[in-house]
Amino acid sequence: MADTIDVNGKQIAVDEEGYLANLNDWEPGVAEVMSKQDNIELTDEHWDIIKFLREYYEEYQIAPAVRVLTKAVGKKMGKDKGNSKYLYSLFPYGPAKQACRFAGLPKPTGCV
Amino acid sequence: MAKATFVVPALRQYPQVPAVTPGTMAHSAPFVAKPEFQAPLGFPGELADDWQAQAIAKMGELLGKYRSLRVYMDSCVKCGACTDKCHYFLGTKDPKNMPVGRQDLMRGVYRRYFTLAGRIAPKLVGATDFTKEVLDDWYSYFHQCSQCRRCSVFCPYGIDTAEISMAAREIMDSIGVGQKYCNEIIGKVYTIGNNLGLPGPALRDTLEGLEEDVYDETGVKVRYPIDQVGADILLVTPSADFFAEPHVDGLIGYGKVFHEAGVSWTLSSYASEAANFGMFIGSYENMRRISLRIREEAIRLKVKRIIFGECGHAWRVAYSFLNTLAGPWDFLDSRYPVPQHICEFTYDLIQQGKLTFDKTQNDDKILTYHDSCNVARGSRMGDQPGGQFDIPRAIIKAVCNQFYDMDEDTIRKRTFCCGGGGGLLTDDLMELRVKGAQPRVEALNNVMQEKGVTHMAAICAICKSQFTKVLPYYGMEMDQIVSLHQLVSNAIVLTPREDDEDDEDDDDSQALDDDDSESVDEAA
Repeated sequence: MADTIDVNGKQIAVDEEGYLANLNDWEPGVAEVMSKQDNIELTDEHWDIIKFLREYYEEYQIAPAVRVLTKAVGKKMGKDKGNSKYLYSLFPYGPAKQACRFAGLPKPTGCV
Repeated sequence: MAKATFVVPALRQYPQVPAVTPGTMAHSAPFVAKPEFQAPLGFPGELADDWQAQAIAKMGELLGKYRSLRVYMDSCVKCGACTDKCHYFLGTKDPKNMPVGRQDLMRGVYRRYFTLAGRIAPKLVGATDFTKEVLDDWYSYFHQCSQCRRCSVFCPYGIDTAEISMAAREIMDSIGVGQKYCNEIIGKVYTIGNNLGLPGPALRDTLEGLEEDVYDETGVKVRYPIDQVGADILLVTPSADFFAEPHVDGLIGYGKVFHEAGVSWTLSSYASEAANFGMFIGSYENMRRISLRIREEAIRLKVKRIIFGECGHAWRVAYSFLNTLAGPWDFLDSRYPVPQHICEFTYDLIQQGKLTFDKTQNDDKILTYHDSCNVARGSRMGDQPGGQFDIPRAIIKAVCNQFYDMDEDTIRKRTFCCGGGGGLLTDDLMELRVKGAQPRVEALNNVMQEKGVTHMAAICAICKSQFTKVLPYYGMEMDQIVSLHQLVSNAIVLTPREDDEDDEDDDDSQALDDDDSESVDEAA
């Protein structure tokens, strides 16, 4: 894993697992570059989730629990999408880890 | 699921011991902890020039402190009984993942510096200098042991490789070579209170959401209280129970059981972690510091009892060591075990006929049960030998109509580790985790084929997360792993209370586009 990623010509530092080294460095281009590395095309649904993650983090200093996230998604996008399976279809490496990385949040650690 | 960059082992009808293939996992090593993750735990940040002398001195200290370690170093007769018992050897074929191979990494160094023969004629007795290459081997292979203790069940001398791995990690930590995953997490417990780093406000927000969900689903107000002074019971549960699936479904279940029991209980934002990674790194000091948080909260909240949620190694630490780590517990109600396991609590109520179940609620599943290693081989439950095996199964049978055990060589005290225990549940060890899961998944697959099993229940946060991640590599679904109390939660018949009808005011959970966020109490 490179120690920096190139976002519109700007070099942004990432840690050995690809998460932003400094959370303040985030800009939408970060999500674009990281998702390209993972071969994911970001859609409006992806962006809704990235936006929610960032707002939640701003308030609570942590990523939302999976259930908090699925509930919010269910309310916005319809009950059939308010579940982990849907989130995994958007973020195959897992909403908690991959989506957090795109959103510039620290990696959730622990028994998860 | 991520695409595998390695070959996922095959699942067969009958287990086969693989042909030994040296070095298949020599490349596997987790990220090293940066100095900032070492310091809060009292460890140096990086290797010093005299690291070898420091390491040997530390080893001498441990040999003096833990008589068991010296016995383990001296007593192996190379009988071979352990060689085909480790899930990591069976999944990787690497002889250094044979328990004896792993032990010998330390034994060679021990003989060189702590035995007469090794000092005089090292080559004759398999003694090795503690070189940088040996240290690298230690770092790699002592992070390929999940400290599950299955090998020790079969060792005629009872050599416990888990303790050797713990000692090796402690020696490495003491010279500045720590593992990022464990040590970063322990630091979070000290600063925030739990492995995940969930602050009080996030915990409260999550718990309020659960109360709403359970009310919406059942029409009964089940409470998930936190930081309530004067509650009878302090529930200490792994922070993954707040955060992840299927863990949270278990937490919902605990709350329903407490509701039906009619007891007052509380979680704590300060002691919001049952897990104790101090054990994984073999550090008594850190294990003690983590445990003391539970004591402080039990005193502050004036509780009478402590109950642990579904967490494997937490239960080992709690059951086996809590009294010496953080006791005496003379201020708690002596009529109850200190501490108690949530399974003991639920089982007791079932025995007394205090819980009503509608087992058909679980009829969409055919269950099996995975004994988590630290519960199976590091602790007990109830007041009968084997209670740690029988009580969880008795609960499952009380709430489910269809249950089948896996092959007897893979359950109870011979259970296979999930492949992610002992501080290895990190993405940088994914190859090891997938390969190490092979023996367990193979047994699961067989009982799926033969009995039509659809789901496997567990009582350990690590097991649940590990299977969620690795089952898809074997062509299975991530949600085939369930929490034991998730099954209880599905089947339990709730009794409405008088106040269940009145208010409708707490429909304030956040939606994606909800920008009028509620004010939050920052006190943690």
